[in-house]
Amino acid sequence: MPLELLAGWGRTAITRTELVEPTRESVANHVRSGNSLIARGLGRGYGDCAVVAGGKTVSTRQLRSLRVDGGSIEVDAGTSLEEVMKFALPQGWFVPVTPGTRFVTVGGAIAADIHGKNHHRDGTFGSHVEWIDLLLASGEIRRLTPGDRLFWATVGGMGLTGIILSARVRMTPVETARMSTVNQQVKNVDALMDMMVRADYEWRYSVAWVDTMATKGSLGRSVLSTGEHATLSDARVKGDPLAYEPRQRLTAPGFVPSGVLNKWSVRAFNEAWFRKAPRKAKKGLESITHFFHPLDGVAEWNRIYGRNGFIQYQVVVPDSHASTVPCMIETFATRQVPVFLAVLKRFGKANDGMLSFPTTGWTLAVDIPAGVDGVAGILDEMDERVVGEGGRIYLAKDSRMNPRHLASMYPRLDEFRSVRDEVDPSRRFMSNLSQRLGL
Amino acid sequence: MIDGLGAVQDVLVVGGSSEIAHAIVAELAVKRRLRRVVLAGRSMDSTVSSMRSLMSDVDVQAMSLDLTKTGSIAATLNAGWGNGFDVVLLTAGVLPDQSRAERDPAVAVDAALVNYVGQLEAGTAAMSKFREQGRGVLVVISSVAVERPRVDNFVYGSGKVGLDYWAIGLADSVDGKAIRILVVRPGMVRTRMSRHLPEAPMTCDPSDVAKAVAKNLVRGPSTVWVPSRLRWVMATLRHLPRPIFRRLSPTGAEPSGNAADPR
Ligand SMILES: Cc1cc2nc3c(=O)[nH]c(=O)nc-3n(C[C@H](O)[C@H](O)[C@H](O)COP(=O)(O)OP(=O)(O)OC[C@H]3O[C@@H](n4cnc5c(N)ncnc54)[C@H](O)[C@@H]3O)c2cc1C
Ligand SMILES: NC(=O)c1ccc[n+]([C@@H]2O[C@H](COP(=O)([O-])OP(=O)(O)OC[C@H]3O[C@@H](n4cnc5c(N)ncnc54)[C@H](OP(=O)(O)O)[C@@H]3O)[C@@H](O)[C@H]2O)c1
Repeated sequence: MPLELLAGWGRTAITRTELVEPTRESVANHVRSGNSLIARGLGRGYGDCAVVAGGKTVSTRQLRSLRVDGGSIEVDAGTSLEEVMKFALPQGWFVPVTPGTRFVTVGGAIAADIHGKNHHRDGTFGSHVEWIDLLLASGEIRRLTPGDRLFWATVGGMGLTGIILSARVRMTPVETARMSTVNQQVKNVDALMDMMVRADYEWRYSVAWVDTMATKGSLGRSVLSTGEHATLSDARVKGDPLAYEPRQRLTAPGFVPSGVLNKWSVRAFNEAWFRKAPRKAKKGLESITHFFHPLDGVAEWNRIYGRNGFIQYQVVVPDSHASTVPCMIETFATRQVPVFLAVLKRFGKANDGMLSFPTTGWTLAVDIPAGVDGVAGILDEMDERVVGEGGRIYLAKDSRMNPRHLASMYPRLDEFRSVRDEVDPSRRFMSNLSQRLGL
Repeated sequence: MIDGLGAVQDVLVVGGSSEIAHAIVAELAVKRRLRRVVLAGRSMDSTVSSMRSLMSDVDVQAMSLDLTKTGSIAATLNAGWGNGFDVVLLTAGVLPDQSRAERDPAVAVDAALVNYVGQLEAGTAAMSKFREQGRGVLVVISSVAVERPRVDNFVYGSGKVGLDYWAIGLADSVDGKAIRILVVRPGMVRTRMSRHLPEAPMTCDPSDVAKAVAKNLVRGPSTVWVPSRLRWVMATLRHLPRPIFRRLSPTGAEPSGNAADPR
């Protein structure tokens, strides 16, 4: 079997792996075959979590089925959130949590225990899962519920406990497929953080896009975006209220020379984007796609970073160290790191996931081209600070953290390992990420 | 694993006591992800302990390997492969006394075994492992000596040519992403290998070679010259008519690169 070249969404650290795409019937054979293996959904993890060099990378995209049952769905793990929404929205059900792209699978959403703009209100995706059918290294399929330790090792477990075959997920009832929103410019990061703390009480969804290249009085100038599901009483909702027709208009060019994204081009883009936003709070009615998945309008946008690829750095710091957020933004600004719009968001309480990322506080996510000099050192310095303050890095995005920090960032690491070792004593499930970090 | 910003964790050095190799390892350590360094060579004890004292957080181990003992090299490498390596450095080499090497077959053969055959065996074994593990970078320290035979070092150069030729061909045969070959052609480098010789123009330090390796490890060209302008100097020298080139060549032994100096 020839090995294929594969990486994560950031297209860094490419390795060769045997990519297989089994059906529900044949997936257990791959698990029994003796190779090391890891599940892969739609490969939207930024780093090296959904590939194992020299082993078998098991695409779940043949595992797709879906039915709505009461307020929940029973869904196979390879089904994408786009597929779920296309099916369930017309029936008045929305996914409980959506990331910034609809092209992730249910399996990936559980394994990374993803969060959305509503984390402060609704928690992570895993908090809405009623059961998981997990294929273990032994070939056995086990149904896990939130009472099981293995359930909470699997939620956020980055595929290392086995392959999630299907799950039952509680959905959110909605009257329309539109969002009632308010968008506004905010002049700097201090003002922004004040506003976000308040916005959390008022809005189910909130997020801010930050221009990390602006300096001085404009340091961290941003656009704050908040929203609720629009109701039928909203007179602006016209036509079929539950119609959902996501479209992709553009595809990014296949070849982009490295270096197109530099501090000047990125600064110009950020500037234009900031100017476009309404200066004062402005109400709007937006589609689900426009509000939640704006980047999905351009297919394969990750290619604009050229052959060097890019990384995403996402950390959370507790409320007690909120001042770290402006410091980080200042570092990016003064060291002129070419960062396209950073995303700032508040997290609510952590759940029981042993390796789940979100915990109460502030989370900042930035995309950085991989070929830029000096970035590694800057991020290492930030890590030291974040880890010292009780914060952590999101594993689904990571491609470069120092393994030395893992145990401090994830204090329940040993518990995770002991549960994992019970079901996979010979560590059949492994990824490049797990090997790099010694997970 | 090599991470998203090109930092390396696990390294095998064939020619574990080489000064150039040590500079490369030190340079790779700057990104602070080094986890395991295995030094392969004839007597590694003191080298291992000195590297350990420099890098307390890195697991430094020795692998006993004599490159003249061909036939057993692959097995040694396979046995010590463990969980794998991100990078394998081929940094062994001997620069025999030219006049002895021209007269004593044993000296000539020994040089050929170290400079070419032994490292060919080690490199071939490493490549099989890279294919199995789906990733890896092989760094081959060649020399500008490969560009044109010179009266003062052609025995040394002949082995280097073999290794260089093999590595360049190999570089073309791999994908260059998951598996990558980096061929480095330094001019004269200030190490114990060449310390007894008069210094040539454009002589560089081991740290210069190390920086070139680190810079081109995961992306960039698969052949580099150190210093880089030697590439153009050598391109010119390669095309000089033979009588002129011979006149430029010195008569004393020298590893490489000094043809521009008409002593
Ligand atoms: C544009 C963009 C925006 C994003 N926004 C957010 C966001 O707002 N919030 C957020 O939390 N994340 C966000 N992400 C990250 C993304 O949600 C996660 O990485 C998610 O896991 C990707 O799902 P996937 O199906 O592509 O999984 P993959 O990338 O293929 O895999 C991710 C991990 O899940 C494991 N996995 C996948 N399927 C299974 C399975 N069936 N069984 C066991 N393990 C499995 C893999 O082994 C791997 O460890 C974003 C990513 C992109 C590209
Ligand atoms: N220095 C220069 O001017 C120069 C210029 C161009 C290219 N190069 C190349 O750069 C590489 C590194 O050289 P260096 O300058 O760092 O010199 P060095 O310190 O002398 O390194 C040479 C290495 O080869 C090892 N070696 C020799 N014979 C061996 C054998 N039979 N088995 C196993 N290992 C053996 C040596 O080990 P021992 O300690 O056991 O001898 C030593 O580790 C070599 O390939 C050299 O040809 C050097």
